[in-house]
Amino acid sequence: MKKFKEQLSGRVFFALALSSISALALITVFIIANGAPLIADVGVVKFIFGMEWAPSRGEFGIFPMVIGSVTVTLGAAVIGVPIGVCCSVFLAEFAPKAMSTIFRPAIQLLAGIPSVVYGFWGLIFVVPAVRNLFGGPGLSILTGSIILGVMILPTVISISEVSILALPRQYKEGALALGMTHWQTIYAVMIPAAKSGIVAAVILGIGRAIGETMAVIMVLGNAVSVPESILDPVRTLTTNIGIEMGYASGEHQQALFATGIVLFVAIMILNSFAQYITRRK
Amino acid sequence: MTDNVLSSNQRVKLRTDSLNLFYGSFHALGDISMEIYDRSITAIIGPSGCGKSTLLRVFNRMNDLIPGVRVEGEVLLDDFSVYGKNTDVVSLRRKVGMVFQRPNVFPKSIYDNIAIGPRKHGIKRTRQLDEIVEHSLCQVALWGEVKDDLKKSGLELTPGQQQRLCIARAIAVEPDVILMDESCSALDPESTMKIEELMFSLVEKYTIIIVTHNMEQALRVSDMAAFLMIGQDRIGKLVEYGPTIGMFSSPKDKRTEDYITGRFG
Repeated sequence: MKKFKEQLSGRVFFALALSSISALALITVFIIANGAPLIADVGVVKFIFGMEWAPSRGEFGIFPMVIGSVTVTLGAAVIGVPIGVCCSVFLAEFAPKAMSTIFRPAIQLLAGIPSVVYGFWGLIFVVPAVRNLFGGPGLSILTGSIILGVMILPTVISISEVSILALPRQYKEGALALGMTHWQTIYAVMIPAAKSGIVAAVILGIGRAIGETMAVIMVLGNAVSVPESILDPVRTLTTNIGIEMGYASGEHQQALFATGIVLFVAIMILNSFAQYITRRK
Repeated sequence: MTDNVLSSNQRVKLRTDSLNLFYGSFHALGDISMEIYDRSITAIIGPSGCGKSTLLRVFNRMNDLIPGVRVEGEVLLDDFSVYGKNTDVVSLRRKVGMVFQRPNVFPKSIYDNIAIGPRKHGIKRTRQLDEIVEHSLCQVALWGEVKDDLKKSGLELTPGQQQRLCIARAIAVEPDVILMDESCSALDPESTMKIEELMFSLVEKYTIIIVTHNMEQALRVSDMAAFLMIGQDRIGKLVEYGPTIGMFSSPKDKRTEDYITGRFG
């Protein structure tokens, strides 16, 4: 009887584990089945590098959105990565224990704020601020980058901090024993030694930024055109799907799934690169 | 090998006077007064947990890294108060280098491992750095083995070579004193022998203090020996201190005799 119970519980867990994996498999298959034929029709190069997105005329070029995703994501990295890495160094090396026990959960809380709230906050505060300070419509790459820069902070901070804390104590002691100051120890020994973890943190943060939809849909302006400055509105791959899925049908709908494939592949590449870097040691 | 005899006019390099050390409320070292002589090898010996490493780490204030540590009494390096109010710990550590139990080569090239200290102390010229690297590696007898691989990661060396690289890194910043915290315990006998030979050549320029569990090693290399032990009150105390030969041939204290003859510890 006992043995039967053991076997049964093992199988139940296996079935449940399988269901989560199969959800992934189903979604993947579904997206590819719906999107791939259109990419094949249009041609990979023409689809990704095509300048014209006019579903009503059968023009499916997503290049303006690719540019939109790349610029907003890079902007988010430029804003979020330095702040995030510095914050992780502060938490790992400088913060008194009482302070880090408050800071750490507070930063995790940033990850718990729904993205629509970020978007709403961005629309009400950041958009007018950018408009007043820098001109332009306010709905822009810069605004999106600021919002996403904040949103990737929890990812960048927690993973960088873990990789700094995981360093052998002997590195720090060895550097201090050479008569290096605490700061010299950090930037010349500890950060280089934790480099792979920090790079992984940055890549995962970028992956998060590329995939974000709701927050940026509200602040980017969503114009389908290649931007000329960071104050111009853009549309990203994700917002393209978000905006048009409500009324798309036929080829148009397939083109949105195809956009999903491009995103899917980009994020897969980023994540496997991050995994490769952390495992390389 | 050295003759293990100190000339009577040897200068005092380091001095502790009624040194007491506490980890929070735990009294780890009690009333330690000793003089360490310039350009000699002093061995700190004693059973596990008696505070040998703690005492060693007093001299470069490495214990400062542990929260709640408190030191009372006087520690002098030449005339410089190690625990003085205005003491700059960073410049103290430039004068008192340290080699750890396990080789802690940084994940950098062999060259950078050695150049990092001098660089941070303001030496920027490549020629000068090249000289320091070569000179330091020569002093630890590693130059011949690695001179063609200076760009290779230090982590690719054998543990014995890594430990010699760590010694080279320590002497590259030209300290007065080198602390060695069981620096051979993770190494094979052959590497241990090389490092012991190294100590004999280094002692001509530096004051060396070692912590060791290995009685033969203490007898082989050290001029002076300090025997530490935990007393009834759980406080680490200096039981006996004197020339190594004398201590090993005719220990004054019964506890020293019991320990060095291997009856406990």
